[in-house]
Amino acid sequence: MDFGLSSEQRQFDESLRDFLRDSLPMARLSSHAQAGAQYDAALWDGLVRLGVSGLMVPERFGGSGLGVLDAAVAAEALGHAFAPAPFVGPTVMAPLALMSAASEAEQEEFLPLIAKGVARIAVVFTDPGTRRRASCTVRSGDKLCGALDGVVDGAAATHFLVFLPDDSVALVSAEASGLTKRRSSAFDRLRSLVDVTLDSTPARIMSAGLGKADIVQRVLGAGRVVLAADSVGAAQNMLDRAVAYAKERVQFGRLIGSFQGVKYVLADCVTALEPCRALVWYAAYAQDQSLSDSWSTACHAKAHISDVVREVARLTTETHGGIGFTDLLGLHYWFKRIAFNRQVLGRADECREDAARAQGWASG
Amino acid sequence: MDLNLFGSHAALREELRDFVAAFGRKSPRNVDFRNRPGKEVLDWQKILVEHGYVGRNVPVEFGGAGKPRDVMESHIIAEAFASAEIYPGLPSQGVSLLVPTLLIVGTEEQKRAYVSATLRGDLVWCQGYSEPGNGSDLANVQTRGELRDGYWVINGQKTWTSSAHYAQMMFLLCRTEPQQPKHKGLSYLLVPMDSPGIEVRPLKTMTGRSEFNEVFFTDVKVPEYSIVGNRGEGWDVANVTLEHERSLIGDTRKLITRLDKLIKLLNTTEADGEPLIHRGEFRTRLLRLQGEVLAWKFHHLRLLTEAAQGTDSGVKRLIVKYGGSVLASRLSELAIDALGSAGLQFDLTDATSEATTWYIDHMYDIGLMIGGGSTNIQKNIISERGLNLPREPRAANASQTGRS
Repeated sequence: MDFGLSSEQRQFDESLRDFLRDSLPMARLSSHAQAGAQYDAALWDGLVRLGVSGLMVPERFGGSGLGVLDAAVAAEALGHAFAPAPFVGPTVMAPLALMSAASEAEQEEFLPLIAKGVARIAVVFTDPGTRRRASCTVRSGDKLCGALDGVVDGAAATHFLVFLPDDSVALVSAEASGLTKRRSSAFDRLRSLVDVTLDSTPARIMSAGLGKADIVQRVLGAGRVVLAADSVGAAQNMLDRAVAYAKERVQFGRLIGSFQGVKYVLADCVTALEPCRALVWYAAYAQDQSLSDSWSTACHAKAHISDVVREVARLTTETHGGIGFTDLLGLHYWFKRIAFNRQVLGRADECREDAARAQGWASG
Repeated sequence: MDLNLFGSHAALREELRDFVAAFGRKSPRNVDFRNRPGKEVLDWQKILVEHGYVGRNVPVEFGGAGKPRDVMESHIIAEAFASAEIYPGLPSQGVSLLVPTLLIVGTEEQKRAYVSATLRGDLVWCQGYSEPGNGSDLANVQTRGELRDGYWVINGQKTWTSSAHYAQMMFLLCRTEPQQPKHKGLSYLLVPMDSPGIEVRPLKTMTGRSEFNEVFFTDVKVPEYSIVGNRGEGWDVANVTLEHERSLIGDTRKLITRLDKLIKLLNTTEADGEPLIHRGEFRTRLLRLQGEVLAWKFHHLRLLTEAAQGTDSGVKRLIVKYGGSVLASRLSELAIDALGSAGLQFDLTDATSEATTWYIDHMYDIGLMIGGGSTNIQKNIISERGLNLPREPRAANASQTGRS
């Protein structure tokens, strides 16, 4: 038995973190955040070169053919760096959806573009069962009408992959006729939200592969795990910074880290956060191995980690005192990333209900 | 990442399957650690020793199986016993704490005299560390040991001593070098419990039971050679043992078993004709706890892997006792809420009462949060050793003004 990352995964993690550290000094993050830039083209190119975009794409389509665990490793690094890069949709859920639902010819067409970073496909669920805001999309032949509200990573998207209420999956180009995008300002300044309107917009309709529910669970499950990993990375960054600050800030003639009131808060943070990493790893491994508990574990991971990281975000901000509340320090970027991740791909309560149903605990 | 077992580990699992099939029925059930081990328990203990499931890493010459240390093997054995619901052997502090200590720092004579007999359950030990005035601050032990005419003469009091009422021996920390700084003034002695001058009194706890004892020493004499390590090195010797104790208490199997019991309870307890698991609050609390238990379960597997690789897990290991004991307590809280007012009948004489069992667990959890390094001490350790935060400055003159 070997519960942990392989040496290849650790090397990948290290090189990704080195790249992100060099590419994203705080000044650059701040200027991105002030501009509301949700996409850094140069950063994306670098990530593509490191193989991030093609992580989940099979080798025969120009990717690395890796799994959800590798994606979770990348997500933790990206979350730690607060990277303005579309990831969970375009890099994880889109290739998984295409591999499950698209024909061989369609996979051959799109997966290489994903690996090259040219296609950035935002994934949208319209199934009322998954309770996403996006809805009201109807299909008439291969044309779509309706609205997709609050699409995450939508600004930089070249395509939208939509799970339609009628059990089919549609792929729509962002340039297609009748499609309009309206960007709204998001709580996380580096995550984009767009509202998409579709008016007889041509789409490719895909329906090969597994049953619809299986595909949704596969795609959404992987998305939940990877987003949870992103949140763990963000929370770890906040905790690391709070610990470092507690070792340099002096009040009442003492380092504040020598006060038990501060120590115990940080001890609580690490005690809650560290097991989350193992939960993410197992949840990702269960996805890759298609274990019977993969869906319920993905839901638990998203829900539990959402709760833990919210607490860590609050307590580590408090540990910084006044400076933590300022815009200048920039700690709030991570606070907002954590708050944003919590609400997308299933809130904690929704994920827990999904986990309950998966175990046959019928709702009362 | 690969959770399958390979090679010798897969073979061990097969071997255990055969063992359970062949011997499982001989396992004692519902063993109460408060009672002196009976014949059934002792016979079973010998079966475990003979098959190498107790004393697995102890050299053959001292009665063990002589296998190289492999934490994964210990994990596989524990899992197999837990899932077959068979007794894993005496929880005696002798087996789990004294034997590893003697093997590291004991003399040849001590190993020969004690290790094999302890493994086989013929010699039961109790631990003499805590004192009424020194619990968390263990290094401040005040029980005195004076060397006179080739004998250590011991005076003082120990408390929280489980199994002292039937143990044959105690390993204890006492102050033999009072002029030295507190960590340098202790020695680690081995004391027969039938020595004249020892008095054992049961210590009744909030559960209504006596899980522990107080032990009083009045001019108790043991031969000079009863020391482990050198004079003044007792703290270091004890720390060999304490490290074992701290890793022992953090075991996620208990959390998983308790969660399973809780799920069953919420599925079978009804209110207004519906199982409680359908009720929003119970359902949500259960799901939250399930997520947390999963996190700790996988964290444990991660620690196991790191231990098997010889990696020091650092803060990841230090959080286990604190996190696990608090979570265990929250599991029992949900159970007693599910029992509601119907669960308030408390009858210690009825071993089959589910409510009484949950309430005992619920109270005993508090004991577990205090024992073996209390929650506050754990948080100091996590922050100071795990996160390298600066130590608390020492308060001036605390000993003159405070209650010790």
